[in-house]
Amino acid sequence: MTEVDVRSRPRATDGSATGQGPGKVTIGKALNLGLRAAMERDPKVILMGEDIGRLGGVFRITDGLQKDFGEQRVLDTPLAESGIVGAAIGLAIRGYRPVCEIQFDGFIFPAFDQIVSQLAKLNYRSQGRIRMPVVIRVPFGGGIGAVEHHSESPESYFAHTAGLKVVACSNPVDAYWMIQQAIESDEPVLFFEPKRRYHEKAELDLSATPAPLHSSRVLRPGTTATLACYGPMVKTCLEAAESAAEQEGHELEVIDLRTLSPLDLEPVYESVRRIGRLVVASEAPGESSIASEIAARVQQECFYSLEAPVVRVTGFDTPYPPSKLEEEYLPDLDRVLHAVEQSLGW
Amino acid sequence: MSSPEYWTKPQPPDAAGSESPPGSPPAATAARPTAEQVIAGLRATSEGGPDLVQLLTPEGERVAHPHFDIDITPEELRGLYRDMVLVRRADRESNALQRQGQLGIWVPLLGQEAAQIGAGRAMRPRDMAFPSYREHGVAWCRGIDPTELLGIFRGTDHGSWDPVATRFHPYTIVIGNQCLNAVGYAMGQRFDGRIGDGHDSADAEATVAFFGDGATSQGDVNEAFVWGAVYDAPVVFFCQNNQWAISEPMERQSRIPLYQRASGYGFPGIRVDGNDVLATLAVTRWALEECRSGNGPVLIEAFTYRMDAHTTSDDPSRYRLADELEAWKLKDPIERVKAYLHRQQWADRDYFEEVDRESDALAARLREFCQRMPVPSADRMFSEVYANGSPVVAAQRDEFLTYLSQFEQTGGER
Repeated sequence: MTEVDVRSRPRATDGSATGQGPGKVTIGKALNLGLRAAMERDPKVILMGEDIGRLGGVFRITDGLQKDFGEQRVLDTPLAESGIVGAAIGLAIRGYRPVCEIQFDGFIFPAFDQIVSQLAKLNYRSQGRIRMPVVIRVPFGGGIGAVEHHSESPESYFAHTAGLKVVACSNPVDAYWMIQQAIESDEPVLFFEPKRRYHEKAELDLSATPAPLHSSRVLRPGTTATLACYGPMVKTCLEAAESAAEQEGHELEVIDLRTLSPLDLEPVYESVRRIGRLVVASEAPGESSIASEIAARVQQECFYSLEAPVVRVTGFDTPYPPSKLEEEYLPDLDRVLHAVEQSLGW
Repeated sequence: MSSPEYWTKPQPPDAAGSESPPGSPPAATAARPTAEQVIAGLRATSEGGPDLVQLLTPEGERVAHPHFDIDITPEELRGLYRDMVLVRRADRESNALQRQGQLGIWVPLLGQEAAQIGAGRAMRPRDMAFPSYREHGVAWCRGIDPTELLGIFRGTDHGSWDPVATRFHPYTIVIGNQCLNAVGYAMGQRFDGRIGDGHDSADAEATVAFFGDGATSQGDVNEAFVWGAVYDAPVVFFCQNNQWAISEPMERQSRIPLYQRASGYGFPGIRVDGNDVLATLAVTRWALEECRSGNGPVLIEAFTYRMDAHTTSDDPSRYRLADELEAWKLKDPIERVKAYLHRQQWADRDYFEEVDRESDALAARLREFCQRMPVPSADRMFSEVYANGSPVVAAQRDEFLTYLSQFEQTGGER
């Protein structure tokens, strides 16, 4: 596997040319900086999406980029998601590296056909003669009090499709590096962004060494049980671990999966072999999900290490509910801790 | 009578010749065309309409056109004739290979030779083509040998030609997807400065998206029209209206002639006699030049006829009458060129016999090649799923190949 090393290239100049870094930034700003760095590095990188130009995107992730790079590199597209991905495929064949923004998770389905039938398969169909360096950015997940179709977690559809790579960032540092790594990859990458965490802040050190794109990472070591999670659930799980330590004296190990296809489960296996109890947390419905896949593979790889069945704490297998119910729908700190108790009580 | 409810349940006339009452269940073998299908099919044989661009009549008479005339040398016309004969022969041979079990399926182009050769020969090497799956004639024009098409239909690959070198994209089987991909590619041509005023016309470029009448109902094709228009993309939308989307005639797809749809998107639409290779060549050349000079897109509706089944798995007798085919045979794309070459004394019997011999040789080579095509080894299944590989796929490949090797070692069979 080739991992892209973005450090070997010139860096962003957005206030960081002196090496001091931008200081504390939000996930949204980190994505903006990452996109800017990728565009400065490679003139073939172009952004496509609805309202991403003059407006800067409904979440302002592309704020200021059209002003600085022009309308031919930041395209305010027609309101047509299949068109966004379909045209991006043609541009990729032409040698461009399109980064598409799907405005909200629930709007990706008009593009599903192009993603599954063409984007995912062209490298295979042509046996490597046609590469598909296309990134599809998707703000995903709930918790923002929105109407229907604005709070979904469709990542499993894409993880289930051969030919696509799927990642989810959970913090500003990863957001900054992972978006650049995804853009530099010659493969189609579905890039899921935790929209309810866009405003979470962290120190961004531009001189740090980024982890490889397709790697998971232990964020908090522990001994009582392991929590595997991704995207918006990472913060919830870290808070749950903090609470468990304070209230119960339990040390929960928290792993940010980061890559959903392919999964990087070695750190999870290592953790389970050492601790013996695993809880997988995600907002997506649990049936046939990323969480299910992890449960299946952990029981295969760590059967004799398990002290309890793998517990999944997920969204329910219902359509996303009206927003007044989303606090109940989304796994929160209490439900995560309840799942941990289930595992410990086995 | 033309309500969708009636259409989706074709009901054959009963023994007395009257139709079953509405709502009665369809007969177990609804195997004959309905009155609507017959009328729709026969109507198309006489309706090119006044806007149809034609330079060579079905009888082989050269006619003038105020906008789209063309100077053609005897050598060029002989070349177009040869292209069409060879492509038809390759098509018929491949169809026969399917019947003999050498191919899993074949998608015939019979009857559409002029549309495809006219469009294909209008393209320059730098232009890019995005085909559907019936574009064997365009493939021929892009320098792709008919043997390179066989793998898809024999099941040994998903297309073996080099789409970068030939500028002929892999066949797209999902209806209409390729039109958006073509627009994206054409947008790239524009972004790269390959079109427009003041540009050295020698390296100007354009793109052709090939699709059929059925595809015009797809969202992707309509989105492609929108995108092509708003980005001034140098793309020719080349629609071969062969009158039938499997069993559904044109009136299931559109109230108005397809070329007229273009005006709604803001670019020109032209209906050309798709059985007239000269007219198709002239109109496509013009359209490509419009695109290269920054005036794209253009929609061309090549009015033609699918003389064979949709695929070798299809049975057209269930939805159209043989009379229709007989009527279209009179408009055959090859016969009119042969008649014209004769009349102009641009080709003699020796020439026609030479082309026939050449097509015999091509058919023999195709047959020979097909029968010797190797079955790919199991590891091919796991190849190039990802540009950078995947640990999941790699592990599955290794495990499966190890599993297979056990049978090789023991000499046993699975």
